[in-house]
Amino acid sequence: MLLAENLTVSLARREILRGVSLCCLPGTLTAIVGPNGSGKTTLLRALTGDLPYGGSASLNGHEIRDTPAPQLAARRGVLAQSTQLAFPFTVLEVVRLGLVNGGDETRARQALAEVGLAGFAGQLVQDLSGGEQARVQLARVLAQIWEPVSPAGPRWLFLDEPVAALDIGQQLAVMRLARRFADAGGGVVAVMHDLNLSAMFADRVALIHGGRLLAHGRAAEVLTDRHLETAYCCALRVNTVPMGNCPWLVPQAVAG
Amino acid sequence: MVALANPALSQGDRSSRALLVFRLLLVLVVTVSLLSLGTGAAGVPLWQVAQDLTGEGLSARDRVILMDIRLPRLAMGLAVGAALAVSGALMQGLFRNPLADPGIVGVGAGAGLGAVTAIVLGGLLPAGLSTLVGLHLVPFAAFLGGWAATLLLYRIATRGGQTSVATLLLAGIALGAMAGALTGVLVYLADDTQLRNLTFWGMGSVAGASWSKIGVGLPLILPVLLLSPLLARALNALSLGEAQASHLGVEVQRVKRIAVLAVAAAAGAAVAMAGGIGFIGIVVPHLLRLATGPDHRWLLPNAALLGGVLLVGADMIARTIVAPAELPIGIVTALIGAPVFLWILLQRRGFGGL
Repeated sequence: MLLAENLTVSLARREILRGVSLCCLPGTLTAIVGPNGSGKTTLLRALTGDLPYGGSASLNGHEIRDTPAPQLAARRGVLAQSTQLAFPFTVLEVVRLGLVNGGDETRARQALAEVGLAGFAGQLVQDLSGGEQARVQLARVLAQIWEPVSPAGPRWLFLDEPVAALDIGQQLAVMRLARRFADAGGGVVAVMHDLNLSAMFADRVALIHGGRLLAHGRAAEVLTDRHLETAYCCALRVNTVPMGNCPWLVPQAVAG
Repeated sequence: MVALANPALSQGDRSSRALLVFRLLLVLVVTVSLLSLGTGAAGVPLWQVAQDLTGEGLSARDRVILMDIRLPRLAMGLAVGAALAVSGALMQGLFRNPLADPGIVGVGAGAGLGAVTAIVLGGLLPAGLSTLVGLHLVPFAAFLGGWAATLLLYRIATRGGQTSVATLLLAGIALGAMAGALTGVLVYLADDTQLRNLTFWGMGSVAGASWSKIGVGLPLILPVLLLSPLLARALNALSLGEAQASHLGVEVQRVKRIAVLAVAAAAGAAVAMAGGIGFIGIVVPHLLRLATGPDHRWLLPNAALLGGVLLVGADMIARTIVAPAELPIGIVTALIGAPVFLWILLQRRGFGGL
């Protein structure tokens, strides 16, 4: 279980997050949504152990700030918003860097196949397109937490805007991959900009606004006209997709 | 070589090639060593070296030339070359930048300041202490100077785990100038004996090699050469970025502290033993990355070997090209290394961040 209680984060003496309490269960996919600058990524970085925080946050019962990096790495993988590679590694060499919890080259190649880059192993990462590079990093994270449930407990996948650099087909592929990880017993927490993708794939949606948790629950409860207008300051009409029974948001170009 | 026989399996994996290069470099080290032992102003030719190694006697004079001049010179060349190349590779991994080199960004100058301080002000130490540290004082002071320079440089040039090349190089120039100015002040203060010591030290060559010099430098260099591969996994992860390395379980702050110490120890000892020899630290890792990729598990040991080969080779050129006189070896390495540095710079110009 991922549990945050009264979480507070200050950067450069400015309070970015205030009093956020959140509970995520293994086997579920939680989308963190909210306008730009609301504190989504800050929340994710506190939960991955990158930022100091006040209050409490625990992963599988262990306080995150007190857990040494190697133990955290055994329990969770993190896909950052972007990764700048300093040296000319090949695709396979980068994915192999993820093999910190056991596994061999076969697993690295399986992870590459998962993200649709099976034929790219020998290429230099710097020669690939932005979307392909993003998927190489995802494959590296997958190789790290290959089994969604380890003998020590469920593993967690943290994603910071995982679909930002991808076309719509790849967006769906990555979200399906995250969904499968959760369905197999792992926990997924993803910062998302796309509300409709969040509604389609997430079990729970956490809406952040001004450093506070505005709403948290099932997509249909959180993505309402009232919440969205408060958070995004613009008119959105919430429809329902007949086949999925999840909210579908349509921006209203003309007021009224 | 199963991996080579199956291209589908070995695709993207350059470790078999790196192993091949490692073996090739071992052969090269032996070859260059024999050549170097057989080259010199006194003209003890290679066949006599071989004779000596097989136990058939040399004249006393030739034995002295071999054992007390050429052999220490070779050993020091290998040690200094390895130290420069490995400290370069470590520093580039630490700064996540292929242009970081102790000689270029002021760490060498900091180490030089430390060494000069020890030579000029070492006499002020209490008599008991100075006999205790003895010959070790100069290399240790060079290590401290290099350490201070590396720490300062890291603080200045790195923000949130990202190093800007421009800041790195400019800060390196400023640090180098500052260390140079302070060194100048110390030289001005030095008395005649100290000045003579300074001149000998500052010749920037392996010509002054002696077993005692090697004895005081090696305790700093050898641990770095032997233990740096333990940092390889962490440096590989750091190539992804500091946050990413930490996500992979690397204790980033600890690794950075150790890497800074290792860079300072190896670069400091090299400077203390042989003065300022530039560009080995940038050329060697760059060539190896081109040949076998940036994996530090191979890069660090291969850099140690290639660094030694290159320095001993440059030394052979330095002492034969204007024989019977000798060029300072720093001139030879700069002639080879500076164009390579510019080449890397031009290649990277295409990338926005430089």
